[in-house]
Amino acid sequence: MAGVTRTPTNLTQGSTTPAGIGASTLRPDGTLKVTGEFAYSSDMWHEDMLWGFTLRSTVAHAEIRSIDTSEALAQAGVYAVLTYDDLPTAVKNYGLEIQDTPVLANGRVRHHGEPVALVAADHPETARRAAAKIKIVYAELPVVTDEASATAEDAPLLHPGRKDHHAGHVPHPNIVHRQPIVRGNADEAAKRADVIVTGEYDFGMQDQAFLGPESGLAVPAEDGGVDLYVATQWLHSDLRQIAPVLGLPPEKVRMTLSGVGGAFGGREDLSMQIHGCLLALRTGKPVKIVYNRFESFFGHVHRHPAKLWYEHGATKDGKLTHLKCRIVLDGGAYASASPAVVGNASSLAVGPYVVDDVDIEAIALYTNNPPCGAMRGFGAVQACFAYEAQMDKLAKALGMDPVELRQRNAMEQGTLLPTGQVVDSPAPVAELLRRVKAMPLPPENQWETTEGADVRALPGGLSNTTHGEGVVRGIGYAVGIKNVGFSEGFDDYSTARVRMEVINGEPVATVHTAMAEVGQGGVTVHAQIARTELGVQQVTIHPADTQVGSAGSTSASRQTYVTGGAVKNSCEAVREQVLQKGRLKFGTYHPAWATAELLLEGGKVVTDGGEVLADIVDVLGEESVEVELEWRHRPTEAFDLETGQGNGHVQYSFAAHRAVVEVDTELGLVKVIELACAQDVGKALNPLSVVGQIQGGTTQGLGVAVMEEIIVDPKTAKVRNPSFTDYLIPTILDTPTIPVDVLELADEHAPYGLRGIGEAPTLSSTPAVLSAIRAATGLALTKTPVRPEHLTGT
Amino acid sequence: MDFLRPASWEEALAAKAEHPTAVPIAGGTDVMVEINFDHRRPEYLMDLNRIGDLREWETGADTVRLGASVPYTQIMENLRAELPGLALASHTVASPQIRNRGGVGGNLGTASPAGDAHPALLASGGEIEVESVRGRRMIPIDEFYLGVKRNAMEQDELIRAVHLPKATGPQQFSKVGTRNAMVIAVCAFGIALHPETKTVRTGIGSAAPTPVRAKEAETFLAAALEEGGHWESGAPIPVSVAKQFAQLASGACNPIDDVRGSAKYRRHAVGIMARRTLGWVWESYRGDGRTAQGGAQCA
Repeated sequence: MAGVTRTPTNLTQGSTTPAGIGASTLRPDGTLKVTGEFAYSSDMWHEDMLWGFTLRSTVAHAEIRSIDTSEALAQAGVYAVLTYDDLPTAVKNYGLEIQDTPVLANGRVRHHGEPVALVAADHPETARRAAAKIKIVYAELPVVTDEASATAEDAPLLHPGRKDHHAGHVPHPNIVHRQPIVRGNADEAAKRADVIVTGEYDFGMQDQAFLGPESGLAVPAEDGGVDLYVATQWLHSDLRQIAPVLGLPPEKVRMTLSGVGGAFGGREDLSMQIHGCLLALRTGKPVKIVYNRFESFFGHVHRHPAKLWYEHGATKDGKLTHLKCRIVLDGGAYASASPAVVGNASSLAVGPYVVDDVDIEAIALYTNNPPCGAMRGFGAVQACFAYEAQMDKLAKALGMDPVELRQRNAMEQGTLLPTGQVVDSPAPVAELLRRVKAMPLPPENQWETTEGADVRALPGGLSNTTHGEGVVRGIGYAVGIKNVGFSEGFDDYSTARVRMEVINGEPVATVHTAMAEVGQGGVTVHAQIARTELGVQQVTIHPADTQVGSAGSTSASRQTYVTGGAVKNSCEAVREQVLQKGRLKFGTYHPAWATAELLLEGGKVVTDGGEVLADIVDVLGEESVEVELEWRHRPTEAFDLETGQGNGHVQYSFAAHRAVVEVDTELGLVKVIELACAQDVGKALNPLSVVGQIQGGTTQGLGVAVMEEIIVDPKTAKVRNPSFTDYLIPTILDTPTIPVDVLELADEHAPYGLRGIGEAPTLSSTPAVLSAIRAATGLALTKTPVRPEHLTGT
Repeated sequence: MDFLRPASWEEALAAKAEHPTAVPIAGGTDVMVEINFDHRRPEYLMDLNRIGDLREWETGADTVRLGASVPYTQIMENLRAELPGLALASHTVASPQIRNRGGVGGNLGTASPAGDAHPALLASGGEIEVESVRGRRMIPIDEFYLGVKRNAMEQDELIRAVHLPKATGPQQFSKVGTRNAMVIAVCAFGIALHPETKTVRTGIGSAAPTPVRAKEAETFLAAALEEGGHWESGAPIPVSVAKQFAQLASGACNPIDDVRGSAKYRRHAVGIMARRTLGWVWESYRGDGRTAQGGAQCA
């Protein structure tokens, strides 16, 4: 596009060493990123662009009595001010599943930071100042912030008259979705229990805290359409929501993925996409919108905070008799991914354990709190925190080793889940626990040096709060189960376009998908797959855009499985066409062309016996081969709304952690010194990336264990800490050594036997840390994050 | 917003006299955050970076004159022996990048109760050298903090330097944050032994509207040390004395509940830090009365 700079370009990676699947090839964008050269979405520039700014509500719940934009419009340098009344079509809402989110507030705001008006100006500061001149008169309404207030008889309804497909089966209109899972008879089974433990747990609101804030550039096109460059997780899902609001056919909204600085679920929902396009189409000029950190905290959904009630029973030999649980997720003002999060929380509420008799219920609420939706672990995280705390509690009640209790109840291949689905691929839960327990422990008093205490190795770190005083070590274990891929009957396909041609005398593959590279390393593995399947060294990864079919979301640990599967599938089709060309050209020279299994390896056509038949260069000549194919994994089914029965999930992912912590019991400060992880990955397509994902997920789980929480004032529903000063994420001094033991037990249903890996380590990390802190302090600790106040009774 | 760039101290004073609302900026580690978050839109910003002597320090016979803009990194690396408490506090300031830019002048100018330097300055004692076109004056640190983000400076004054006595005894600094690095203080505590006057000074951060000294704790401890002949004998401090000192330090707090911590926790934590840091400085004094360092190794 003329005039735009810092937009995505091809990533071409050659290799002189074998760099197919199973190799730890380096990321093609890695050097660019660490040297600061990589173009992130906030770096984009257009020579005559305007800057967009979003005016957001300062209150959580109010009627808008009036909006006066006249002063803002009168300011020099302002090109447009838009409110609800300026929306061009009858479609004024959007949403992932339920279209309940207003593009701009329509007479009512339902949460703190809701977009009310847009400004485009020739300078970001001008836009911001003009926005400050917009006069909004709010008439505040009472807020609902928890289950009691949301489901009270006279509770204000967040979405009165809702007609979505969950509206009919929920017990209260402020409940987005309810999913029970009932199997066997938990009440009867409870009678067989020698020990019953119950617990109530609280999971705080975590933020994805990606480092690259929401940003994009919308450029109006001559055909009346718009070109949108944006950092997102799923281009085609965005497109489906954007185009109707703009009143444009989808083909006139051309989207290109720009450099994404992390996502973790927070970019599944739209942020600036529609706003930028509206301003660009209104002004006829390119419009860039970049949120700052403060706005980013309001610009995306967060992880659902949850309250969880659990009851487990066991016989004295440690066999689980039953599970009863109730999970209440706070979805905030709009639905976002809440229904699917409910599906996950309920169907995975039992954890990686065999329990025949269960009575599970999960709901998500509509409240005036910030909207919550997708985040790494997606409903399974909250459940894991609770059931793992329960396992420790049960072990204690039974006088049994907590790892052994888990192993005695561990699911395995063939286990029937509470949903009635059979686990039909390896589920090495007991083995992962065994492995993580067998790892050597870090030495005691590891902070001691010949020159005194190394405070960096102690709770408090350089803040110099202890030289060993009050410090107690604790060790804790946890294991979790996460589904891979979109569930509950969703058509979870991906598309890959693969071309093979000769460039400068060398066969080159180009892979074009709409997969959002958000840091997970998809661009790396796509090149590896192409090398393996097509026998080339050089692979070009085309920028992701909507000129190719949907790749689905970079979510649910699914991209290597699904878009990787699509790339593999398209490569196979390309290979077949190349071989067909070879047969036509050279088939008469060698009988093996007709009789042998043929492969592409090292730039040549070879037989499975290793005999070289031709150079790919000679087979292709001036021609190229290109295919674009959709690829699907096995279909899933919806869960029954009453019983929760159904083959709802595609695949499962398991990780186990052992946490070693040092707790300053007097000051209530925690230093996690080691978080060992064992995870089954099916097949490590890129072992280096696999370890990176596991360490990253582990660290994100640690964050919510000891520091991360968006604090919402329960009286006003306003966010109190929207900054990195007060929303803390782990620094390198908070990040422990993370030894990783990778198991590779192939899933025969998945491409290369691989298993989605990105989320499982985020699940078990948090409860392992909590368990270790409980072990160090003897405290019950039922809330995350653990704060110094909880550890000191202050 | 107008950007003033005085080339000399005299020009800076003249500019500040002309534009008393001008916000001085040196490292920018505090001011720029406020501007970025749109919390502050000063009419004038006055860049002090062209005035080189603000980044210099002089070590005299008994005192250190520390330029207002000497970055924390320099204090950590070069003034560890002379100003051990401030060096330890400097270690806890944000990240290496911020420590390379920020200096004590910024902490004093902002006068936030959470500024990391304050407890160490209070424990050390010293004077702030401020100046305007009307002249120069020295403000004792004890009289500097007036209220939440309010200090004793006049609108036309600028901070030029801080005059601090060279440590004559061990000093310590301790800070609670809910992260092991790069964290704003939930509360902090500084302590300095002054054997030549047989006194103890303290400083508390983030646990009252301003940085404060725990004066009752200081007086109690000095008396107990004197009475027990501890300064001379170097005998261990009785547990009951340390406990009482800690309680009095807690009592000196007047904290609030906020997103960073509860008032109750702040009081509790200040007491723990008071007890521990007292232990460290006293051990250090007993071991070698003139060693200013505690037992901790800091990287």
